[in-house]
Amino acid sequence: MDKFTTLTGSAAPMPLVNIDTDMIIPKQFLKTIKRSGLGVNLFDELRYDREGNEIPDFVLNQPAYRDAEILIAGDNFGCGSSREHAPWALLDFGIRCVISTSFADIFFNNCFKNGILPVTLPQEAVDALMEDAGNGSNARMTVDLQAQTVTSPDGKVYAFEVDAFRKHCLLNGLDDIGLTMEKAASIDTFEDQMAQARPWV
Amino acid sequence: MTIPAAAAPRTLYDKIWDAHVVERQDDGTCLLYIDRHLVHEVTSPQAFEGLRMTGRKVRAPERTIAVPDHNVPTTLDRQTGIENPESRIQVDALDKNAREFGVHYYPVNDVRQGIVHIVGPEQGWTLPGMTVVCGDSHTATHGAFGALAHGIGTSEVEHVLATQTLIQGKSKNMKVEITGRIAPGVTAKDIVLRIIAETGTAGGTGHVIEYCGEAIRNLSMEGRMTICNMAIEGGARAGLIAPDETTFNYVKGRAHAPKGAQWDAATAWWKTLFSDEGAHFDKVLTIRGEDIAPTVTWGTSPEDALPITANVPAPESFTGGKIDAARRSLDYMALTAGTPLTDIAIDAVFIGSCTNGRIEDLRAAAEVLSGRKLANGVRGMVVPGSGLVRAMAEEEGLDVIFKNAGFEWRLAGCSMCLGMNPDQLAPGERCAATSNRNFEGRQGYKGRTHLMSPAMAAAAGVAGHLVDIREFAKEPA
Repeated sequence: MDKFTTLTGSAAPMPLVNIDTDMIIPKQFLKTIKRSGLGVNLFDELRYDREGNEIPDFVLNQPAYRDAEILIAGDNFGCGSSREHAPWALLDFGIRCVISTSFADIFFNNCFKNGILPVTLPQEAVDALMEDAGNGSNARMTVDLQAQTVTSPDGKVYAFEVDAFRKHCLLNGLDDIGLTMEKAASIDTFEDQMAQARPWV
Repeated sequence: MTIPAAAAPRTLYDKIWDAHVVERQDDGTCLLYIDRHLVHEVTSPQAFEGLRMTGRKVRAPERTIAVPDHNVPTTLDRQTGIENPESRIQVDALDKNAREFGVHYYPVNDVRQGIVHIVGPEQGWTLPGMTVVCGDSHTATHGAFGALAHGIGTSEVEHVLATQTLIQGKSKNMKVEITGRIAPGVTAKDIVLRIIAETGTAGGTGHVIEYCGEAIRNLSMEGRMTICNMAIEGGARAGLIAPDETTFNYVKGRAHAPKGAQWDAATAWWKTLFSDEGAHFDKVLTIRGEDIAPTVTWGTSPEDALPITANVPAPESFTGGKIDAARRSLDYMALTAGTPLTDIAIDAVFIGSCTNGRIEDLRAAAEVLSGRKLANGVRGMVVPGSGLVRAMAEEEGLDVIFKNAGFEWRLAGCSMCLGMNPDQLAPGERCAATSNRNFEGRQGYKGRTHLMSPAMAAAAGVAGHLVDIREFAKEPA
């Protein structure tokens, strides 16, 4: 997993609430057995017509946002299915940070496993950043994970909360599985105890 | 006075959580032991590939159960193979991975194959007090047994395969109580749609919901699974219902349920699995069972649910970002504010899914369809949740009722709930569906989904438009 430390880039505004994982990456693209290559199909049904032509109105098709690295989204982003194809598609497109008032739990979790930082901010802050993002590619923002801040194009600073362990893993690009494998002895002990206490499991 | 920690009242969620903590870090993050890991073909290939690349093995293959469900064709000719090459590759990959890593496995042509969340309980893999995970958000279903069950992403699937644990922060506790009795014509599906209408799709975010109250207690295991299945549609990580005699009766005798002395030991522990008097809940919602009507969705989010007697709402009746979202929904659904819901004509009926693909659901639909036929121009599909549900339905003659009514009688799978296989809506087609999500494009590109109970979906098929089952039931067949 790539580290996430600081990111400065342009942000695409997607004010729609409840953007679900079916919108982020429709089902027909879940048939892959790889993690890569999904960026071209990110938001597929919003982004292309039935013939595969780009829909010019869609935000990521606009010249200002084709290289966006940050997404500013409406409430409850990522609701719906557990498909990790959603963060894989965002990452493959080049989005490393999503800012919203709230995220669905599983999507939120999946982001951290893939080097994407989901930032939760209050409504007023998201509204202000949404407006900034509307100003196009020159409106660059900076997300600093170490400092836990988002700095708007005009220098306004918004602080955000992030779980200490997740921050540590993201800053250092750590592989969860490797960390847990080091605790094999504790897992062995737990299994022994469980075999006594709940042998039917 | 401080209550000693050991005596502090705990919720059901607290108890299951505490029983599975392997290690607790200073910041509260825990390493949680996983009792059952269910695996399907869509969210697991990259996880198995990860194991292979790092030379890791599955730590507890005996706790891991694999079954293909999302991609499998439901037509009777599926023994001849899967036509779509990508779907075939995924199903073949699961087959290879399950055999190579030695996990329990129900292949496509096994009569026990079906939707992973129907197979788990049916085979007795899911038991009270367990932790159950699967790379699928509807894993919440298993909470009906008083098991802590939730969906995970593929990275976590790999983590559980390799370590049989998950790194987890604890969620908050939420209680949803349904008091009293529900009226005739009202089902578990109506209860859960009503709950989501009240909480919104984010109302449960960060929480584990415990459903309780007389109306929940009175539900069968099938009904309880329908409720917990849709906990995720309310944003909750998991749903829970405390186990009781209904639970024990369902579990007893199933292939992988404990037997003999182990059964006695298990039930003794299971009977301690309830929220203590005075346990703290961070959020509480109470609904009177009597106030719940047959409920359907009108929009493109499960929270867009209303009693069947209502009209399509005006976007302006909402606040904030929901105004634009509702406007977009009405446009997508081709509906006009003010239209009575019962005036909405449908083109298709889908009966099935992990929400409503169990035997009780098929019985409820068949009861409505007995001696009746689908309206002209309406197509219908019944997809049993498992091969065993299908066999049981055939034993009861339900298949004959469905076929006589004009429905297709299919083999088990996820099918048109998400249309990863060929079972999809055509653009603009409008469906009365017993599944769980009415998202844009969910059942097929530009397809339009109205969620409802199996009886309501069957009745809509006969009438050709959405109907109030309470009125419909009065008409002679």
